[in-house]
Amino acid sequence: MIMSQLAGAVGWFGLAPWVIGFPLLGLIVNLLIGSKIPERLVGWIASAAVGLAFVVAVLQFLAVQADPAGREVAVATWISVGSLNIQWALKVDSLSVMMMLMVSGVSALIHIYAIGYMHADVRFKGDPHRYRRFFVYFNLFVALMMVLVTADSYLMMFVGWEGVGLCSYLLISFWFEGGLEGLGNAIAGKKAFVVNRIGDVGFLLAMFITFWTFGSLQFDAVFHQAESMGAAAVGPVTVITLLLLLGVAGKSAQLPLFVWLPDAMAGPTPVSALIHAATMVTAGIYLVARNHVLFALAPVSANTAAMLGALTALFSATIAVAQFDIKKVLAYSTISQLGFMLAAVGLGGYVAGLFHLVTHAFFKALLFLGAGSVIQGVEHAHEASHGEHAHGEPFDPQDMRNMGGLRTRMKTTFWVYLIAGLSLAGVPPLSGFFSKDEILLDALHANPVVYVLLAAAAFLTAFYIGRQLFMVFAGQPRTESAKQAKENPPVMTLPLVGLALLAVLGGGLNFPGTHALAEWLKLTISEIEISGFDFQVAGISTAIALVALVLAWWIYGRKPMTEGSQDPLRSSLGALFTALSRKWWVDELYAATVVRGYEGLAALMVVGEDAQFAGNRFWTNWLDQIGSRKGKQAARGLLGMIVDLSFVDSLMITSGDLAKGAAQRLSRLQTGFIRNYALAILLGILGVLVFMIFGGG
Amino acid sequence: MNVPTVYVIGLSAVLFSLGVTGVLVRRNAIVIFMSIELMLNAANLAFIAFAREAGSMAGQVFVFFVIAVAAAEVAVGLALIVAIHRSRDTIDIDEISSLHG
Amino acid sequence: MTPTPDLIIFSLLAALAIASAVMTLASRQAVYSALFLVFNFLVIAVLFLLLHAPFIALIQITVYAGAIMVLFLFVIMLLGLQSLHTESKLRWQAPSAVILALILVGTLAYALFREPGAAAALLPPLQSGFGSPAEVGQVLFNQYLVPFEITSVLLLVAMVGAIFLSTFKRKSSE
Repeated sequence: MIMSQLAGAVGWFGLAPWVIGFPLLGLIVNLLIGSKIPERLVGWIASAAVGLAFVVAVLQFLAVQADPAGREVAVATWISVGSLNIQWALKVDSLSVMMMLMVSGVSALIHIYAIGYMHADVRFKGDPHRYRRFFVYFNLFVALMMVLVTADSYLMMFVGWEGVGLCSYLLISFWFEGGLEGLGNAIAGKKAFVVNRIGDVGFLLAMFITFWTFGSLQFDAVFHQAESMGAAAVGPVTVITLLLLLGVAGKSAQLPLFVWLPDAMAGPTPVSALIHAATMVTAGIYLVARNHVLFALAPVSANTAAMLGALTALFSATIAVAQFDIKKVLAYSTISQLGFMLAAVGLGGYVAGLFHLVTHAFFKALLFLGAGSVIQGVEHAHEASHGEHAHGEPFDPQDMRNMGGLRTRMKTTFWVYLIAGLSLAGVPPLSGFFSKDEILLDALHANPVVYVLLAAAAFLTAFYIGRQLFMVFAGQPRTESAKQAKENPPVMTLPLVGLALLAVLGGGLNFPGTHALAEWLKLTISEIEISGFDFQVAGISTAIALVALVLAWWIYGRKPMTEGSQDPLRSSLGALFTALSRKWWVDELYAATVVRGYEGLAALMVVGEDAQFAGNRFWTNWLDQIGSRKGKQAARGLLGMIVDLSFVDSLMITSGDLAKGAAQRLSRLQTGFIRNYALAILLGILGVLVFMIFGGG
Repeated sequence: MNVPTVYVIGLSAVLFSLGVTGVLVRRNAIVIFMSIELMLNAANLAFIAFAREAGSMAGQVFVFFVIAVAAAEVAVGLALIVAIHRSRDTIDIDEISSLHG
Repeated sequence: MTPTPDLIIFSLLAALAIASAVMTLASRQAVYSALFLVFNFLVIAVLFLLLHAPFIALIQITVYAGAIMVLFLFVIMLLGLQSLHTESKLRWQAPSAVILALILVGTLAYALFREPGAAAALLPPLQSGFGSPAEVGQVLFNQYLVPFEITSVLLLVAMVGAIFLSTFKRKSSE
């Protein structure tokens, strides 16, 4: 209490920009002196920067406690043109403070983990510059995520939105020479960027329409206006929110734009943990929560959001059941859990959705980091036993079929992974239970269809995580590497323990009875109603989770898989299993329709000698039939001009010619004769004189 | 002499314009220079006339300075003309047009 | 407006000044131009005298007509008499210049004479000693001391510049 009263002073709010400033400072320091200081120091500087940002976030928390309305902290004016006035200002209220705390806290732990993780990996690739580059990108990401979370206008949020998309790209393709045929990682990064861009178009259009309708891009101004306009605003607001949903689908990996997230697993594990589990992907959920006023005015969009989330949750949960790559399972799990969150906020259950956002950050990050720990252990063992260049057969350290029996060999990792997995499954009294149960409760009251979908997804969630636990940790090691795997150094295991504690205790955030988080968020989202604890629903959720876990034990735990054996589920489900493990062929569908169509269109436009372009072949074949070689050349030239040159090139060329011509004509004024110049001077003087005497004076 | 100041200024204006014409029309560099001196004198005349009308010595002091500066300017300018003549053997300023665009 | 004696004298001097100026510009020979200009300066010096600026008038004669024009004549003699044989390459230059100069005069005349009362104004009486060397010295060394010093530096610079320019060794000099 005393602290918050102390914090009531304006000064503490004024520190808010440092939540962005410290990570920026960290990355600048690393850029400038990173190559001259010891490797580990680079990592610690980066982690310290994020740690300081966390401290600032805590200060903001205390400040908001004292002044619940929050504050807008203006830093500078960015655009001031006509009626458009965009400040670079930070909106410090309970919602953004919650996000700030979560992002900086989890980021700090993951940064520390990455110090150890990247060190081990860098040694394998042999380049300390990469280490520095990694932490520069990581800090940049935190800074931009903070920009997103503290933005007070759509435009500032978009800056952060795009920025984290950029960092995601940079970090996914971090090991840019790795992956399939030396290009795989880069292609994955590109895919993430392009798919996100499609979502961003939705965001941009929503911004344009918002400005057109409400004349402002600031959250407060728009929300006030929307509320006062009431029924008249429903039309535009529906369009705006639907377009925003497109952005959410892109950034938070929902149907149909989720395809980038599994591929994003090509990045290092800390990246997957931070960006693709805890922070960046939650930006979409935050966007919906921030725009709660608009979604309340447009029930159509809210319902669409809820259905979209629920369908995505179920869809990707089914895929996760049949994946063999340890990280892919977690990726599809993330998509599924994000679906849960989106469904919750779509139904108006903001507390439930945001609560799950926080707890999910804890246990999903923990799962990813644990997976990274496992992968490292297995990989090191593989290198140790087989030498630097393994013989012939490629060994995938991420394939769960190559693991097994690790619970005795990597004890810490096993225990934290178990805690995280059970939290994901929704087993009380871990945090995941409380948050997921609240979502299900809200769903039951608001939209039973959504409830059924989410319940089914919850069942599958518990099942696939149980499957993963048994395949990785139980039974006997299925390969030599798994047998030799060793636990990782404390710099990697301590953050895991930290996150595990959060996963266990996180339920306290919104424990029935105190409802701390609900009260906190109510400061910003006034329409939150605090519901009681429904033992029936809770009981059903727990039952679902336990049944699924038992089923997983029945299939995978009772008779653990042995080396080289098939997944027992394959025999039970047959063709369905194939569909699931092939991700329902979504990527292939997209490639065949959208991608191929686009590439074809681009090729058609090319006029060149390169015969591999289908377009050129088309024109040449056609022209071959109609005329002589000269005619063909002329026609090709003409068509080329129409298609390519006349539209784009000629525009550029004529503008260049115009400039050149004007310059040439103007240069003739410089005759070289002094008398001409003197005459010109006199002309000028006369002009001024005449103006002064006859005119304005 | 009780002549209205406007008349004197009028004379100054005429002399000034004649000087301007000289600068623009003649091609001999030295004659151009002389026209510039004519312009300066016209200005001096104006100054003195105004000094007379206002009863202020400032005008006359200014003319003093103008004459001093004109002397300096002539010294340097003629040195330049001599140097140009030495290198190009002409003082027709139309011949010195190599800085054209 | 009755022609007072003052006005007649002034008109005479004005006519002389303008005539000599025109002759300066119109002479084919540079020496004639210089001589006409000297005459012009003398006329202007007389005008200065009549405008109660005796010190300045004598300065004008001493420095302008006596030193500057002499310098001009030196240079004209040094460079030899030059007559320009070729036709001007800039055919429009002269007519344009004349037209613009006429416009200039016209504008100035308009500015001067648009208020009819100006012509009839009588000049206020002056205190004795106005324009005398003592007066000029007073103002010069009290209020305008700094410009005075700067002018002396300027003359030094001009001197150095002139000497430098005239002794510059040319690579292709004979």
